[in-house]
Amino acid sequence: MKRKISFITPFIILTLMLFGFILIPEISDANFMDKLKKVGSNLEKDLKKESGKLKKNTKTGLEIGKKGVEKVKGTFADFTPEQEYYIGRAVGASVLENYKPYKNKEVSRYINLLGLTLSQASDMPETFGGYHFMVLDSDHINAFAAPGGLIFVARGLLRCCKNEDAVAAVLAHEIGHVQHKHGLQAIKKSRVTSTLTLLAAIGAAALADQQMSELSAHFGGSISDINDTLNKGYSRSFEREADRAAVTILKKVGYDPAALVDMLEVMDQDMKPGGFGFAKNHPSPKSRIKYVKGRIPPGEASESKPRQTRFQKALGSI
Amino acid sequence: MKKALVTVSALSFILAIGLTAFAVTQKLMSVQVKAGHVRSQPSFLAKVITKLAYGHRVEVVEEKKAWVKIHTQKKNSGWMHVSALTKKMIVFKPGDADFDKSASKHEVALAGKGFNEEVEKKYRSENKKLNYDEIDKLEKITVSQRKIQRFIEEGGLQVKGGEE
Repeated sequence: MKRKISFITPFIILTLMLFGFILIPEISDANFMDKLKKVGSNLEKDLKKESGKLKKNTKTGLEIGKKGVEKVKGTFADFTPEQEYYIGRAVGASVLENYKPYKNKEVSRYINLLGLTLSQASDMPETFGGYHFMVLDSDHINAFAAPGGLIFVARGLLRCCKNEDAVAAVLAHEIGHVQHKHGLQAIKKSRVTSTLTLLAAIGAAALADQQMSELSAHFGGSISDINDTLNKGYSRSFEREADRAAVTILKKVGYDPAALVDMLEVMDQDMKPGGFGFAKNHPSPKSRIKYVKGRIPPGEASESKPRQTRFQKALGSI
Repeated sequence: MKKALVTVSALSFILAIGLTAFAVTQKLMSVQVKAGHVRSQPSFLAKVITKLAYGHRVEVVEEKKAWVKIHTQKKNSGWMHVSALTKKMIVFKPGDADFDKSASKHEVALAGKGFNEEVEKKYRSENKKLNYDEIDKLEKITVSQRKIQRFIEEGGLQVKGGEE
């Protein structure tokens, strides 16, 4: 009897200990890690190793630029959504250096309602500061997407749209650029590397004046890189990627993806070859039409009187 | 009696092991946007129950395509899109010691690190022509989920793939 009780006792004690350990009411991060420790996870060791690297980087932070400082390997994808947001704001502020906003509450309300409906159906519905849409008071057939979801469409491009589905196609294409982070990809690789190396070196420490100047220079350089690309135009492959995203978004929300083709055909007629705007910074509509057509399932275009009514009301005199 | 005691102990032990495994595999994520939308269903059409602030830590209880069912520390639950979340723990304004302590345990993202408000302020002061005022106004435009829903209905839009 005594032997059997002594055999059971460790089981009971161990069980009680495990229950006590589990029934910690608060799911705090510290508790979570404590639990990991207690079950003998090796994670702690790995993380300590990473921490060691971080400390090493912090110590060498002031020596950036000197021989022997290891560059951080990274890409545009290493920018956090918060950083992308500040980049996007600066790009947007630059766009508005050259273009004035079209001040019309009804137009603004409609574009934002339509744009946000579409952005929710994208693969990246949530950005740090959210999506926002602005109509530019310009006759140019043009549109811009700044990183993080600030989207600008010129009146000239909206005039090419015959219906709401076409406007949706334009906005969905720009959302595609945001979703695929095409703006961030325009930043020179060497600049991304330098920025990430500097940030790793700074670690959690406060910025020294020189580091602040260096970081600001990288920021300004990044904005210039993106602005240059917005003016010159994205590559054909990025445009196709944005068109594919647009077709997907339009189908998900219930718009006719063929509207993208219709809009491109109108643009093709209205645009002057080699002119400013879409003509300059996008591949020719004809090449896009051919590509997009191949990605649209056969079907009849959906006609909607309520959609046409609200489109006319908001953008009829754009 | 003795046999029953042994059986109960063994079952309790197995249960405890199971619960421990569950606790250990518990997955935590952080909100990486200013206001992460929590919805009643895993769909962009679903009602927004609440919004969670940047850095808010959530427990992942289920995953469905691009949607994650989460529990908050206050035991609320709902669905968030993966684009609103990161596996990293977001740390706000740490002292060096705090940061090192966290960094030793988690993959950490430091809020406000890198291109931030301070950098923007400097950039803005050096480029006076930039029109940040209109960007600030633009960001104030918000549209409620209710209005989006009404816009979809009134437009006769047949939404497909809301859960993707």
